[in-house]
Amino acid sequence: MQNKTLFLTSAAAVAAATLLVGCATTPPGPTAAELDAQAMAMMKASFREQGIAKLDRIQQDLGQSACSSDKPPTEAVAKQVEAEALASIKWPTGGQYIGDWRAGERLAQDGRGMAWNNPSTDPKNNGGQCYNCHAIDKKEISFGTIGPSLWNYGKLRGVKDVTDPVSAPIVQYTWGKLWNSKAYAACSNMPRMGHMKLLDEQQIRDLMALLLDPKSPVNQ
Amino acid sequence: MRPIPFIAAALALALSAGAMAQEKTSADGIAEYRKMLQDGNPADLFEAKGEDLWKKARGPKNATLQKCDLGLGAGVVKGAWVQLPRHFADTNKVQDVESRLVTCMETLQGFNAEELIKTPFGSGEQNNITALATWIAAESRGQRFALPQNHAEEKRFYELGKRAFFFRGGPMDFSCASCHTEAGKRIRLQDLPELTKNPGDGVGFAAWPAYRVSNGQMWGMQLRLNDCYRQQRFPYPGFISDVTVALSVYMGVNAKGAQSIAPSIKR
Repeated sequence: MQNKTLFLTSAAAVAAATLLVGCATTPPGPTAAELDAQAMAMMKASFREQGIAKLDRIQQDLGQSACSSDKPPTEAVAKQVEAEALASIKWPTGGQYIGDWRAGERLAQDGRGMAWNNPSTDPKNNGGQCYNCHAIDKKEISFGTIGPSLWNYGKLRGVKDVTDPVSAPIVQYTWGKLWNSKAYAACSNMPRMGHMKLLDEQQIRDLMALLLDPKSPVNQ
Repeated sequence: MRPIPFIAAALALALSAGAMAQEKTSADGIAEYRKMLQDGNPADLFEAKGEDLWKKARGPKNATLQKCDLGLGAGVVKGAWVQLPRHFADTNKVQDVESRLVTCMETLQGFNAEELIKTPFGSGEQNNITALATWIAAESRGQRFALPQNHAEEKRFYELGKRAFFFRGGPMDFSCASCHTEAGKRIRLQDLPELTKNPGDGVGFAAWPAYRVSNGQMWGMQLRLNDCYRQQRFPYPGFISDVTVALSVYMGVNAKGAQSIAPSIKR
């Protein structure tokens, strides 16, 4: 608040000085807050719905709006985003965390889903898009580098038996990360797979298996 | 259209060679492929079509576009591209090349701007706008980007574009910044330009319009941005809508000094 007042005061001083020397050709530009409001209005006015991509996609939740600038949110806001995300995680029915790594690999390869040219928002039509950003199975050389490598994900974390209570913390963390990545990093680049209904429970189980099952090629 | 299968095969070859020797990036593959083609970029065809369209009397007023002001005065084409988008006094709007062409086609040739804006990419007059933009860009080939930032509206659009660039939304929480704020990152094997600063000559903003080998289409920046938003899982950005022009101002100003290679060739 004080910064803003100071800024406004100095802006007024500059404007007054400009007037004094008699060359007030251009009015002072909009303030940062005014530009923020204008940008929001522009986003609302510039898009139209197309197919499954409706205009509600421009309505930001806190996790999105807090991470929409070149600066990170304040620590208090980041903590709030993370706490809300953690509370939103739906843990797997019957405590079943692990599915089939083969199905997981297929999902990880599949980058389809949720674009305006896709037929439906049903998770059954969606891939996990994992290789877009991560190295996973070493055999796949076409991988992205926005996220960290997941090669040997379970092995590096000492997972020898996914049902062993010793493995529970990493198994639960991984489920949470896949369900709502913002639980552990407010401005994570990773889509919130479960929370945003991009993937269903069984699909997340299959990705869990790809990452954690000692038999998965990822852990060889 | 005959050269396309050959081109696709040549690119596949260049890219697969890149994939086999893993240290070679897809950019190296594309650069090698560009070299192989030399004067054979199919964008040349769109460029020639654009030049013809510029000089041809068309539209309800049966007039040419030769009096169109692209920012450097009526009819001046050379050098105009590397200073767009910019503010135009007659419309009192910040306009990119495609927006400005719509204005000129309306005022000089008598086309209906609303109808032009509604025409889908790849059909009717939209194809002509793409060809015109391709030729206009080609007339500034080798020049360096220097978008003006003197007018208050140009400065305002830069700020709006910056905010749009970082705006996260949609079911995957993506913004332009999700992929384009760090150097050396990739999606699969596709190199991603860092667009918050000058990413280098002929990279990012300085590479479009471009001929896309994978689908045999010529894309201007408007279609490039449209497809970015599709991949971001956003709704559909209007053709020459404020968000698209503002993003172009943001990228273009950031690319100051970058040499334009447009029209280029892409995978």
